[in-house]
Amino acid sequence: MADLTTNCGGIISPNPFWLASAPPANSGKQVMRAFDAGWGGAVWKTLGQPIQNVSSRFGATNYGGTAAIGFNNIELITDRPLDVNFAEIAEVKRLYPKHAVIVSLMVETRQEWQDIIKRSIDTGADGLELNFGCPHGMCERGMGSAVGQEPRVNEEITSWAKEYSSIPVLVKLTPNVGDILPHGHAAQRGGADGVSLINTIKSIISVDIDRFVPNPRVGSMSTNGGYCGAAVKPIALHMCGQLARDPGFNIPISGIGGVTNWRDAVEFMLLGASSVQVCTEVMLKGYRIVEDMIEGLNEYLDEKGFASASEIVGKAIPGYSEWGNLDLNYETVAKIDSESCIGCYKCVVACHDGAHQCIHPNPDDARVPIVDEDECVGCNLCQIVCPVPDCISLVEVANGFAPASWNEHLNEGAVLRPKKGSH
Amino acid sequence: MSRPPEQRSETRFSDFKHAYNEAQALAEANRCLYCEDAPCIQACPTSIDIPEFIRKIATGNLKGSARTIFSSNILGMSCARVCPVETLCVGDCVFNAMEAPPIQIGKLQRYSTDIAFDKEWRFFEAGPDSGQSVGLIGGGPASLAAAHELRRLGHACTIYEKRSVLGGLNSTGVAPYKMKADRAADEVEWVLAIGGIDVQLGVEIGKDVSWADLESEHDALFFGAGLGPDRFLKVDGEDLSGVFGAVDWIEAMKLQDLDLASVRSAVVVGGGNTAVDAVRELLGLGVPKVTMVYRGDEAKMSGYQHEWREAKVEGALSIWRGVPTAFTGSGKLESITVAALNADKKPTGEASALPADLALLAIGQGKLGDMLGSLDGVTVEWGRVVTAEDGATGRPGLYAGGDAANGGKEVVNAAAEGMRAARGIDAYLGGDRG
Ligand SMILES: Cc1cc2nc3c(=O)[nH]c(=O)nc-3n(C[C@H](O)[C@H](O)[C@H](O)COP(=O)(O)OP(=O)(O)OC[C@H]3O[C@@H](n4cnc5c(N)ncnc54)[C@H](O)[C@@H]3O)c2cc1C
Ligand SMILES: Cc1cc2nc3c(=O)[nH]c(=O)nc-3n(C[C@H](O)[C@H](O)[C@H](O)COP(=O)(O)O)c2cc1C
Ligand code: SF4
Ligand code: SF4
Ligand code: SF4
Repeated sequence: MADLTTNCGGIISPNPFWLASAPPANSGKQVMRAFDAGWGGAVWKTLGQPIQNVSSRFGATNYGGTAAIGFNNIELITDRPLDVNFAEIAEVKRLYPKHAVIVSLMVETRQEWQDIIKRSIDTGADGLELNFGCPHGMCERGMGSAVGQEPRVNEEITSWAKEYSSIPVLVKLTPNVGDILPHGHAAQRGGADGVSLINTIKSIISVDIDRFVPNPRVGSMSTNGGYCGAAVKPIALHMCGQLARDPGFNIPISGIGGVTNWRDAVEFMLLGASSVQVCTEVMLKGYRIVEDMIEGLNEYLDEKGFASASEIVGKAIPGYSEWGNLDLNYETVAKIDSESCIGCYKCVVACHDGAHQCIHPNPDDARVPIVDEDECVGCNLCQIVCPVPDCISLVEVANGFAPASWNEHLNEGAVLRPKKGSH
Repeated sequence: MSRPPEQRSETRFSDFKHAYNEAQALAEANRCLYCEDAPCIQACPTSIDIPEFIRKIATGNLKGSARTIFSSNILGMSCARVCPVETLCVGDCVFNAMEAPPIQIGKLQRYSTDIAFDKEWRFFEAGPDSGQSVGLIGGGPASLAAAHELRRLGHACTIYEKRSVLGGLNSTGVAPYKMKADRAADEVEWVLAIGGIDVQLGVEIGKDVSWADLESEHDALFFGAGLGPDRFLKVDGEDLSGVFGAVDWIEAMKLQDLDLASVRSAVVVGGGNTAVDAVRELLGLGVPKVTMVYRGDEAKMSGYQHEWREAKVEGALSIWRGVPTAFTGSGKLESITVAALNADKKPTGEASALPADLALLAIGQGKLGDMLGSLDGVTVEWGRVVTAEDGATGRPGLYAGGDAANGGKEVVNAAAEGMRAARGIDAYLGGDRG
């Protein structure tokens, strides 16, 4: 068994799996049940001036019979009295000293930040997370993503927090920006010990086509909410990797967004996350999903020969580069395994209508499609639509050309192979 | 460990329920709702965390999936194949209430456990040596599950088995279209791999070794001897060649190569699961005419209806409300006299002759518990050894489980009771687990 101990910006937890600041981390009883189930840390539901919430609050995107591949909410920060929250945090810390408890905060004025930080530290919490990310409701009041979208304000509030805090400070970033880098840098300049990302993405989840109102419907109206869940993982992974590979960005990342199982968590870690936070999947399936996350990560680390989880943090960063550095002479073509092919011709239609018209119906009865390898551009579309695992593989072609990127072609005149499928 | 011979009649069968490939397993696993407090778990006698092992298949954590299964049921591989899932876990899957196809838990469990066997994953180690030893009577599912758990708790184990193979009815009884004897032998080896289980084959307790010797040899005992021999009707002609007890015949069919070429018409007497299995086995081995003779009505037979429906599709014939009163023939069986019964199972006075050259009696098995009846503290009811929840008999240090204690249920019950008894024995021996 590998060592799963995690250090994210000075916050230590027995494993990298933390509850994200959200309903699953709303109260002491919940967080304690989560720790009992195996979670290594919890970022408490954001504290600030307690708010009043609406009914209903959540919506979901379903696709092809799968419920809630994406999720959306118009919930605000905590609606519970601060005294109660702080007393519970202190209780959790007393009973679970080895687990990480991070207090998420969102207030307005410098004085409010000073007060709430002091009260948070007094609970014995392990760290703070500044919520600069909430993209609905709170931003209308000048907080949340309204802060996260302004690097100058972000840096300033972060520096206040650092000034008042004796425990590590993470800054939770919003993905509702064109480029994540200036925002990560602002947090770093403000002195943050790490960043958490992503918070939710501004969205309208669906529209009630009978009542002519977007969802989730609050009486006769609705508002835009925050998108999260499995569907947002690619956006979150990109932002995580983007910061992690930036040479000027040197503080740890807590990865969030669409983590549903150990695999997703490993992907975040490979792209630079030291810890991983989960909200939606816990809301949908419960704290118990962490058993598989811990076990799956352990098996993965053992199988790959890593002694500790920290060894994989950032392992895929060297493999994440600019388009201009990709090898244009690397050539692949689709190969179909005739043994396992079931003859659905999904690859045929996808290639004909959506790619390069080079997979053809079999003229015999066999219904194993024929790939015209001279025309196949190796795009992957057929492999993506094929319902049979490992039936279509993309096989490397030894075309005799030395590796050459676009940049090398422009700057050094490197020779490119002839284009395929471009007539 | 002795393995079954290559040449066996049972090898002519293929699996009636096919193994999943990866695509099928993933599609089915992703369909599971991951219910909380899931009814399927409650329906499993070993309480396997079904939603959890299925989710682990879906996430690609196959090792974890198998670990989840085996930690609740070390015989999870054979159970995946032989459990009557339609009446257990699958029967209680919440999808039934939606009138949607229930999750194929058995097939998913087979997928996971077969991979674990193929890859030779091992999940358990023997506990630190307790210095105490337990003797287990019988080498069937109950004793194997008990011995494995006892080894995890650090106790030395000796299994005494009167046959030349371990596995009990998993090796000698279950229908070959569910599992064959060689696969049962694989499981036995897999279980024994924990080490420290001494196996004494060909040793019959009560005959080769006395109770007194056994009790002085070990610190505790587990009685997992299953059921006794096939019952007979006690009517004329049962000693004719061609008349067999069904369980006996099934054992021969599973472990030997029988010549059935001359059998034109076979009769199976009984209406339980052994009878239905025997009917399907005879049909599968090419016997042209196979008739089940049962004293009750079709709706009242104790064999599973879903299995009997399949048997009918395969060509099974039946005589309801009938009972053989004589087996006749010169030297070997030629005909059976079948008396008609009324709804109260009383003879109507009518009788008919049924030509037959093979008859299998599947009217139940004797109970072995009687061999314990003379021991102080042991209560035997209808041949069944009475035990507390933890398998304890009234005699200190003597525990029982499986068919011998439950009167004849399924492999999974034997596994559950064996495991529970192991914990009971551990507590008795002063272990700190309870
Ligand atoms: C024909 C048939 C088909 C079945 N099919 C299924 C099925 O498909 N699915 C299912 O779940 N269950 C099935 N069962 C039931 C299942 O096989 C039993 O419930 C299960 O095997 C009981 O396990 P056990 O360990 O208690 O007993 P057994 O499996 O009977 O094992 C007892 C062992 O003890 C040995 N023994 C007996 N007396 C002594 C002695 N004095 N000394 C030493 N050794 C002794 C026996 O040789 C035997 O090996 C079937 C049963 C039969 C008869
Ligand atoms: C109902 C709901 C409430 C949330 N509340 C908060 C919050 O109070 N503070 C915060 O920082 N993030 C909040 N989030 C965002 C999550 O912490 C997380 O960043 C986001 O959901 C992405 O992770 P996921 O895909 O695992 O859900 C909330 C999300 C949801 C769905
Ligand atoms: S999930 Fe619970 S709180 Fe939410 S609507 Fe249903 S019953 Fe009410
Ligand atoms: S999509 Fe896959 S299975 Fe279907 S025809 Fe193409 S190769 Fe065969
Ligand atoms: S009851 Fe059915 S759907 Fe629910 S957990 Fe069990 S197998 Fe899955």
